Amino acid sequence: MKIWRYATTPAPLKIPTMPAPLTKAGVGFRLFREVAFFESLFKSNKWIWLFGYIFHVALLVVLLRHLRYFQSDVWWWVKLIQPFGIYAGFAMVFALSALLARRFLVERIRYISSPSDYLMLLLLIGIGASGLAMKFVSHTDIIAVKIYMLGLMRFQIGDLPTHPALLIHLALVALLMIIFPISKLLHGVGIFFSPTRNQVDDSRTKRHIAPWAKKLEEGEDR
Amino acid sequence: MVELDISNKKNPKYVGDPLEIPKLACGAMADSQTFAAHPKHNTDLGFPPELIDNWKEVAIAKIGELGKKNRAFQVYLDICVKCGACTDKCHYFLGSGDPKNMPVARQDLLRSVYRRYFTFAGKYFPWLVGARDLTEEVLNEWYTYYHQCSQCRRCSVFCPYGIDTAEISMAAREILDSVGKGQKYCNEIIAKAKTIGNNLGLNPKALRATLEDLEEDLEDETGVKVRLPLDEKGADILLITPSADFFAEPHIDGLLGYAKVFHQAGVSWTISSYASEAANFGMFIGSYENMRELSLRVRKAAKDLGVKRIVFGECGHAWRVAYSFLNTLAGPFDFLDQNYPIPQHIMEFTHDLIQKGELKFDKSKNDEFRVTFHDSCNVARGSRMGDFPGGQFELPRDVLKACCNHYFDMDRDTIKESTLCCGGGGGLLTDELMDLRTKGASPRMTALQQVTEDHGVTHMAAICAICKTQFSKVMPKFGYEMDNILSVHQLVSNAIILDDQVLEEEKQKAAQAVQEAKAEAK
Repeated sequence: MKIWRYATTPAPLKIPTMPAPLTKAGVGFRLFREVAFFESLFKSNKWIWLFGYIFHVALLVVLLRHLRYFQSDVWWWVKLIQPFGIYAGFAMVFALSALLARRFLVERIRYISSPSDYLMLLLLIGIGASGLAMKFVSHTDIIAVKIYMLGLMRFQIGDLPTHPALLIHLALVALLMIIFPISKLLHGVGIFFSPTRNQVDDSRTKRHIAPWAKKLEEGEDR
Repeated sequence: MVELDISNKKNPKYVGDPLEIPKLACGAMADSQTFAAHPKHNTDLGFPPELIDNWKEVAIAKIGELGKKNRAFQVYLDICVKCGACTDKCHYFLGSGDPKNMPVARQDLLRSVYRRYFTFAGKYFPWLVGARDLTEEVLNEWYTYYHQCSQCRRCSVFCPYGIDTAEISMAAREILDSVGKGQKYCNEIIAKAKTIGNNLGLNPKALRATLEDLEEDLEDETGVKVRLPLDEKGADILLITPSADFFAEPHIDGLLGYAKVFHQAGVSWTISSYASEAANFGMFIGSYENMRELSLRVRKAAKDLGVKRIVFGECGHAWRVAYSFLNTLAGPFDFLDQNYPIPQHIMEFTHDLIQKGELKFDKSKNDEFRVTFHDSCNVARGSRMGDFPGGQFELPRDVLKACCNHYFDMDRDTIKESTLCCGGGGGLLTDELMDLRTKGASPRMTALQQVTEDHGVTHMAAICAICKTQFSKVMPKFGYEMDNILSVHQLVSNAIILDDQVLEEEKQKAAQAVQEAKAEAK
């Protein structure tokens, strides 16, 4: 819904943050660098970059590791990354804790933080910690979980093991999914719609005009 | 911030970090107030004369309207994750310590209201996401703090999503205007530019007299008839330059520089009395309609005078509007010569000639200056020069190095795309904001003090009318003289050798030769 809104709202003026690429391919590369390396954040603040980057990369690896719970024939590379997924789980919880600590400890960040900013970090830490708990604290019957998930994918509700860490883990993930579209967690897609990053620097050679602005010109002698 | 006594001639010493992060000083700038616009100036611009009764409904509706008309506004209100990357990037925050001058906090003044009325979480759980009702107190807070943003876009360079506080602050000012809460400085000036053609209210007669005086000065100085034509139909080039170039120092010396370059290039050019202003303050108040109306004057002047090219003088925000927006607002310019950039910057024009070897300089004429360059924020981050990204950084430096022997850059983190605003941009160059302007200038001044210590830099050159005025006012507060700020084309003007110019040395030589001839004859 929001994404549709972003895609259809015009940008009336050319406002790329300069220096900006002169071609569409260049803009693609700029966006790629932002998404893959958090380029602007790196320029801005090395600590936020470090923790933020570790968290996002670790999250990706952890998510990929989870693929095996949804496949009867597990892809070879998903098998390959299983141990890395574990390390990534620790890295993720570590980075999130560091980001949370920044919110408390750095005066400026504390000033700009709302309760939701802390809660979202706690939610993610909760997900990570409960996930790790199933592996290292009290083992859950992961085979049974997998059977349940594969069943779900065929619209069959089977028996889910009533393991506390698992239930907490799944409940928190469900909560995350609920708030995802209505919270700042939507930032992931925003970068692609950000005019300062996705516009080409070609305003002198190519006329850019929004439909509502074009209407202002009606009846003018040009 | 460490104060520096630059009259102290001892060895280089530590003068402080220009980007040093201050301790938070809540409310430090809460009393900074800029004068409210006269009702007439509000109505001149199409806004209500004073605060309307149903301001709250109108303001909220305006937020909704802007969200539909401007994607940047909508996306930037939504996607901030409060990572804090921008918190130490604003020169007003660095200079004042007021947390509401941190870019994200400045955006939050508006975002909190947006969330309250337009988002699920803000409607039902306002305390959770820091949403708040729109009250008169909030409205006043907007007026206070959105007039402490110079729309320099430094924060947008460092934001991982490219959130541009300038977009939010322009929108906020538009919302304020739409409920009748306009600012005197901007609205009065826009009203003047819309009726008279320039921000100063200089009428065509006064402008002609000024230009004639300047022509005389030029002839006295060079012995050459360098012209400053006004309203000459059929000229090749229309020069659009900030009106400060006609009367303020060091701006005038820049204008004389442009005139000499045009003269040497042998092109015909003219200034227009109808569009005698490069700056477009419509941008400062986020008003597309007003910005468009001012831009259309440039189009009309170009058509009426039948010129082939448009060249802009040294002016920061003007160049952003010209480079990035003019084609949108007043295009298409299919009636101009397509072989030249439309519009072109005077720096591009001069740089071209230097590249072709068509300008000769006597660099020693600038030996009294040890120069650094202040990248003007809106040129650096809102526009380009030349045909490659970053040309806006290289061209002015190339030109300076071509006419000065002593050039030094300031700290890399304070120049080019990371440049610090002068502290007076975006509609803040008004006397009642002097305290804010001084605080906003302090990071730049510290960076300057560093190169003064390290390299003995004496002067700073700039390419923006606002920067020049601002620095000539604030530099004395930091141990410099008011004429330590220069126009780039002033340095060009000093060093350029005109073809038919009779140089002092040659005059002396000629006089000597005559005397010798006489002596021989005896």
